Amino acid sequence: MTEASAILAIAHRDFIKLLRDRARIISSFAFPLIFIGVLGSSLQSGFGEQAGINLLVFVFTGVLGMTIWQSTAQGIISLIADREEDFSQEIFVSPISRYSIIVGKILGESLVALPQAAGILAFALVLRIPLSLDQLARIAPALLVVAVFGGAFGVIVLANLGSQRAAQQIFPFVLLPQYFVAGLFNPIGNLPLPLDILSKISPLRYAIDLTRDAYYSTTGERVQQFDALTNLAIIAALFVVFMVVGTFLFVRAERNR
Amino acid sequence: MIRVEDLVKRYKKAETNAVDGISFQVKAGEFFVLLGPNGAGKTTTISILTTTLSPTSGGATIDGSDIVREASAVRRKVGIIFQRPSLDQNLTAEENIRFHALLYGLYPYAPTYALMQRAYRGQVEELAGLLGIAADIHKPVRTFSGGMRRKLEIMRSLLHRPKVLFLDEPTAGLDVPTRRTLWEHLTEVRRTSGTTIFLTTHYLEEAEEADRVCIIDKGKIVSFGTPDEIKRDLVEDYVLVDATDRSALGDELARLGYATSGGAPFKVELNGHTVHSILRSIETPLSVVKTHTPTLEDAYLEIVSRGDD
Repeated sequence: MTEASAILAIAHRDFIKLLRDRARIISSFAFPLIFIGVLGSSLQSGFGEQAGINLLVFVFTGVLGMTIWQSTAQGIISLIADREEDFSQEIFVSPISRYSIIVGKILGESLVALPQAAGILAFALVLRIPLSLDQLARIAPALLVVAVFGGAFGVIVLANLGSQRAAQQIFPFVLLPQYFVAGLFNPIGNLPLPLDILSKISPLRYAIDLTRDAYYSTTGERVQQFDALTNLAIIAALFVVFMVVGTFLFVRAERNR
Repeated sequence: MIRVEDLVKRYKKAETNAVDGISFQVKAGEFFVLLGPNGAGKTTTISILTTTLSPTSGGATIDGSDIVREASAVRRKVGIIFQRPSLDQNLTAEENIRFHALLYGLYPYAPTYALMQRAYRGQVEELAGLLGIAADIHKPVRTFSGGMRRKLEIMRSLLHRPKVLFLDEPTAGLDVPTRRTLWEHLTEVRRTSGTTIFLTTHYLEEAEEADRVCIIDKGKIVSFGTPDEIKRDLVEDYVLVDATDRSALGDELARLGYATSGGAPFKVELNGHTVHSILRSIETPLSVVKTHTPTLEDAYLEIVSRGDD
């Protein structure tokens, strides 16, 4: 009861903070829109015919999954900023379990990510990317999974970072290579072996693939690597590992300074 | 209420102990001050007692609960005002209070103020009235003055009725009038709630009102007791005398039974005598007479500067 209320309170706070931070709302839309509108459109006009698939749609589905995944991951990592700045002191001295803090934070950051998803989907309509209700109904639950999975990834990164400075410097290196090996902009069906290995261990790959599967499963085209069940199984396994190891390390690092 | 035993904390990669084997006890209802210069180990001690930091060795209990094994029980029993303000600037005063109430399981979650339990709303209205911010309770905290934020933090920390309220340099960075009103507020809180107060400060004058004071420097306790005891303990009143015939003076002082320090010039401790009576009793012609009556502040400064040389 107490823990549930506390989890909801932590999630609630994250969401309220988003609503009051207009700059953050705007900037959170900027990147996905540039990726889809500029990069996706230009790739499509340049290579669309050779590729045999609509690259605008390909980039759109990838960016949709990536944005949600990255948003929650980064939100979790903001726990470091909280700790250094001020407020999480208040959370960390409260009697609730450290696990509840993590769960509340993942829930909250997932809530924060979902309006972004709505914005990107609306943008798809502007770009006349075909989007049926059936597809939407498949994408929504996939994105929920992707959001929570991104949160778990945030926990494992967080557990291994000591400071906000480290987070800002290291996180891009953890993230950026995944853009390319996870197939965000480029098909990854025929990667050379070293990249193929990197691709297979990139958690983002499965987040993107799950999102793509939700979109393409109704179109007859096959750009996704795995079907939904395989992706879900891999995501579930990674989720458990990230959460258990990450939370353990995080809680230990919090107190043993 | 608080029992600290041989507490040691050495941070990772540090060469010395931040807290170096301190032991003390704080009684229920007491106003206890941990006094020391910056870097003495005050915040480290408070962090360990409030369970956000693990001790390297030694331990402590708060109201019978062990700070390591029963961390959750300890957290329920303590309230904390941090050195740096811990209000969320983006939330309103009421939202900050609500967040605290939910974290401590005082009320079940509801998404808005209006939907929170009536008892909660009553408590908020009462608090707002006490703080004189009834009109601003739904405004973002960032619009509040520094002193008002501190008061709000104190109010918030008392919501769950902690047995001990820890305050880590609560007046740092506040101007003098604000410090004074905050102080009055704290005195009032003490009077009405009976909460044990554990305060750290590097301002000596804030220790004057305490029931007991513990002075630490470089992680070690240098003095402990009531402000008066500390004064007696630390402040050395003496009269310094010298004579051309030093051996005669030395013999005479010994004969008179005064406690002196070694050789000439002789430091004669007052030990309840007055300077006047001591001087009158000495018959050897004196060449030097100097009195020494330092204040508590002098004594404190002497302690905290001792390690610097």
